[in-house]
Amino acid sequence: MENILLIFISTVLINNIVLSYFLGICPFLGVSGKLESAFGMGMAVTFVMTLATSISWLIYHLVLAKWNLTFLQYVVFILVIASLVQVVEMFIRKFSPPLYQSLGIYLPLITTNCAILGTALFMVTREYGFLESVVFGFSGGIGFALVLLVMAGIREELNYADVPVIFKGASITLIIAGLLALVFMGFSGLISS
Amino acid sequence: MNDFIKGLWMEHPIFRQLLGMCPTLAVTTSAINGLSMGLAVIFVLFFSSLVVSLIKKIVPPQVRIAVYTVIIATFVTIVDIFFKAQFPEISRALGPYVPLIIVNCIILGRCEAFASKHTVFISIIDALGMGIGFTWGLLVLGSIREFFGAGTVFGMHLLSKSYNPLIVMILPAGAFLVLGFLVAFMNRIEKWRTSS
Repeated sequence: MENILLIFISTVLINNIVLSYFLGICPFLGVSGKLESAFGMGMAVTFVMTLATSISWLIYHLVLAKWNLTFLQYVVFILVIASLVQVVEMFIRKFSPPLYQSLGIYLPLITTNCAILGTALFMVTREYGFLESVVFGFSGGIGFALVLLVMAGIREELNYADVPVIFKGASITLIIAGLLALVFMGFSGLISS
Repeated sequence: MNDFIKGLWMEHPIFRQLLGMCPTLAVTTSAINGLSMGLAVIFVLFFSSLVVSLIKKIVPPQVRIAVYTVIIATFVTIVDIFFKAQFPEISRALGPYVPLIIVNCIILGRCEAFASKHTVFISIIDALGMGIGFTWGLLVLGSIREFFGAGTVFGMHLLSKSYNPLIVMILPAGAFLVLGFLVAFMNRIEKWRTSS
């Protein structure tokens, strides 16, 4: 139990997948303009990431490792993620049209979100068990959503700020992300090893 | 010729299109890491564009993204195994960011937007231009961060030993800050170039 809690806190705050592993930077820069869409994207990523990590764990340990096919892991994982996104999209569209309205447009973008593949790969290299992997996938998604929401909040305020012309757009966003990463470095003493 | 040049400056993947940000920020803690990541991306981009433009007529449009991704993943697996066997140190330094080339938006982007619509020759020229553009971007970013963060470039000491390195430059925060300022700098040059 303690272990699970440690994984959760360290993945959300200390080793945040966006700010310290640089995963999912593309949606982080692209969808962080508005709070509302940031929330939708964050929830969609959390949902898919939890599922993708669990299913990848099952496939890796029950099929690939057993038959000595681990060199196929990249091809298999990306196929799992791509098909999972398709299935989730169809499922949500059928059973919950309001949810589809809010998450739908973000789902196709998730296939090429490196954070999903990244957490699946980290789960293998860190040799997590099944429950740990599920928690890791879930907390990775929560960490992503948290940073995305903070960023969107800052950028909404930024609309009223007088930013120098050459810094407008991507440049100022990256600099703010750098400052956020500095802030999150403050969490690194949270758990003494 | 124009298809080659545009990747180097006008449509530079990092500074203009902001594609492939994950490896750009993650591996550029030193110049050598940036360079090896760039070379890996050139290899994957070149062969994926080649294959995609060869088979563009026989792939059904509904499943094209899945097909492209599998092609890319195959070449990435080759690069990963090659690095592990020949350059184990670099492979360790780059870690999971080699397999993450699969989801690098530059590669899927070029396959989808360019290679699937153009002839084989033009596609590989475009791939080379984009790949080299990406590599020089990584090299510049890696050199700046290594210079300030450790006082070296490619492991050579350029500053006196008494230099107190700015550790933050090789930490994640430094990556965002340096790239942010570089993008602003490129905007400045572009503005100056178009106005003169």
